[in-house]
Amino acid sequence: MNQLTAQAPGGVPHLRYWQGVWRWLLLAFALVLSLGITQVAHAQADPDREMSTAAPGIDADQWRQVRSGETGPNYRDSRYESNYNLINSSGETWRQWRNRWVSPFGLIVIGGMIGIITLFYLIIGRKHLEEPRSGRKLFRWPLFMRALHWSVASLFIVLALTGLNLLFGKFVFRGLFGDAFWGWMVSSSKVLHNYLGPIFGVLLIVLLVSLIKDNMPKKHDLEWFKKGGGLVGKGHVDAGFANGGEKAWYWLLATVGLLVVASGFVLDFPNFGQGRDTMQWANIVHAVGALGLTAVSIGHIYIGTLGTEGSLEGMTTGYVDETWAKEHHNLWYEEVKDQAVSEQELADRKASKDAGESPAPRSS
Amino acid sequence: MAQMKFMCDAERCIECNGCVTACKNANDVEWGIQRRRVVTLNDGEADEMSISVACMHCDDAPCMAVCPTDCFYKTDDGIVLHDKDLCIGCGYCLYACPFGAPQFPQQDAFGERGKMDKCTFCAGGPAESKEEEYEKYGANRIAEGKLPLCAEMCSTKALLAGDAQDVADIFRQRVVHRGHEDGAWSNNPQASADNLAYDAARKG
Ligand code: HEM
Ligand code: SF4
Ligand code: SF4
Repeated sequence: MNQLTAQAPGGVPHLRYWQGVWRWLLLAFALVLSLGITQVAHAQADPDREMSTAAPGIDADQWRQVRSGETGPNYRDSRYESNYNLINSSGETWRQWRNRWVSPFGLIVIGGMIGIITLFYLIIGRKHLEEPRSGRKLFRWPLFMRALHWSVASLFIVLALTGLNLLFGKFVFRGLFGDAFWGWMVSSSKVLHNYLGPIFGVLLIVLLVSLIKDNMPKKHDLEWFKKGGGLVGKGHVDAGFANGGEKAWYWLLATVGLLVVASGFVLDFPNFGQGRDTMQWANIVHAVGALGLTAVSIGHIYIGTLGTEGSLEGMTTGYVDETWAKEHHNLWYEEVKDQAVSEQELADRKASKDAGESPAPRSS
Repeated sequence: MAQMKFMCDAERCIECNGCVTACKNANDVEWGIQRRRVVTLNDGEADEMSISVACMHCDDAPCMAVCPTDCFYKTDDGIVLHDKDLCIGCGYCLYACPFGAPQFPQQDAFGERGKMDKCTFCAGGPAESKEEEYEKYGANRIAEGKLPLCAEMCSTKALLAGDAQDVADIFRQRVVHRGHEDGAWSNNPQASADNLAYDAARKG
């Protein structure tokens, strides 16, 4: 329309037509004005027509693609080395999973475990040895295994506490201690967690490899579970070096534990180009696995310390009492009973070993 | 009380990256960090369309909800800010953010992230002094009664910043002039002028 009016004067070459020109111009002007007005009215009445003159726009399919997180070959982001899509739809899903399910249910599972164990302790109480101690000892855990166990265990506890602080700490400690202390607390949690995690991972694998032979499932383990490890019915249940419960804990660590380690590594090293979606998954797997293990570990810790008389000394001194072995690991006891040594003998052995290890005089 | 919002009119954005540059300049952000980015869909095709994106200062902000240190807060103007003293660089805000706004400076040993940085709506952040504020978060133009520099510098006024009501009014006017109701966001059912703020609960 504008091009038309612009051409109008050029279309009238002779001076004597000036009057006519003016008339033409006025007419053209009026025409343009009215057209302009009708066009606005027209456009409002007919969006499709306006649409055809506007930039073609992105259609519904393309928006669906954007929302799905796909980027496509002609997608461009002006940010340096960005691999982000336009809308990170899964972010909200992850948030809901984490905040609405993982976090509260983690608390319920761990709190529930503590509650059940406390009740169990109060009502049923410690499992004492039924027979008096024989005073004769059986060697159960070599120094290497004890060191390995306690390293893995302490790392586990530190990782569990720092991990829990990352998930729940803000609800408790920020208000309690104020920003300055909380800031220190949470940043040291993160640093400890992120640096000790990989060490835990490596040691856990060593532990699992060292123990696999003792933890192969056997037929009598099924019986052990049916009788609830001896809780149901009378009499002892068969158990080798490791009983059914210990094997279950072993295999939980060998599956879920390794999953926690693997997902932890994904979260720990964000510099391998893994995207946000991968991280979201890794976080959910990591948190669910870690919270589950933490809950079960409370049971393991209870059974190993308060829950059963005579268990802890195996992992601290390396030796267990014959009676304990008979009552808890009868099949193993049958295998090794002829190796039992008296406490006196043990003390002598230890003394001579210490003497042997005292630094020899050197000359140089 | 104002509810500050950004809005990018994709039908006007010409992908000049002026907003990106203005932001870099106003806030003196660290090397490697670009608080605002321009995304182009169907680049080089007839229906190419660009949009400038940064933190949208969400009403129900996912970053705030997932942060383990709880370091985010919302100003009275609805601007989402965070405290770099508390941030531990865990990256959770980035996993949750719909717009890829949080960024992390230099990767330390083992790829550890530094403290998160994102658009502050040119409203600075928590600090003892003005100098410290500028150092950590960049400009506080809001305190000076000014709007974010990106929007002020936008050559086509595609990028709008201000109170949601004003931004919505301007946009609505444009849409009326354009004559079709989803003037900037053709065929996108989620984009109406009344729905500028990203509301995570509605998953728009
Ligand atoms: C079994 C012991 C472990 C427990 C109990 C544990 C627990 C947790 C928990 C509860 C979280 C917080 C999840 C959330 O906030 O949503 C977390 C985060 C994390 N965990 Fe673990 N974790 C364990 C082992 C590991 C290991 C072995 C690694 C590394 C190899 C690791 C690396 C991480 C990382 C990187 C994060 C993200 C936190 C951040 O980046 O600040 N964790 N862990
Ligand atoms: S756009 Fe991202 S960083 Fe900004 S408030 Fe929303 S979730 Fe947080
Ligand atoms: S990176 Fe910082 S701001 Fe983001 S969630 Fe983690 S602690 Fe919070």
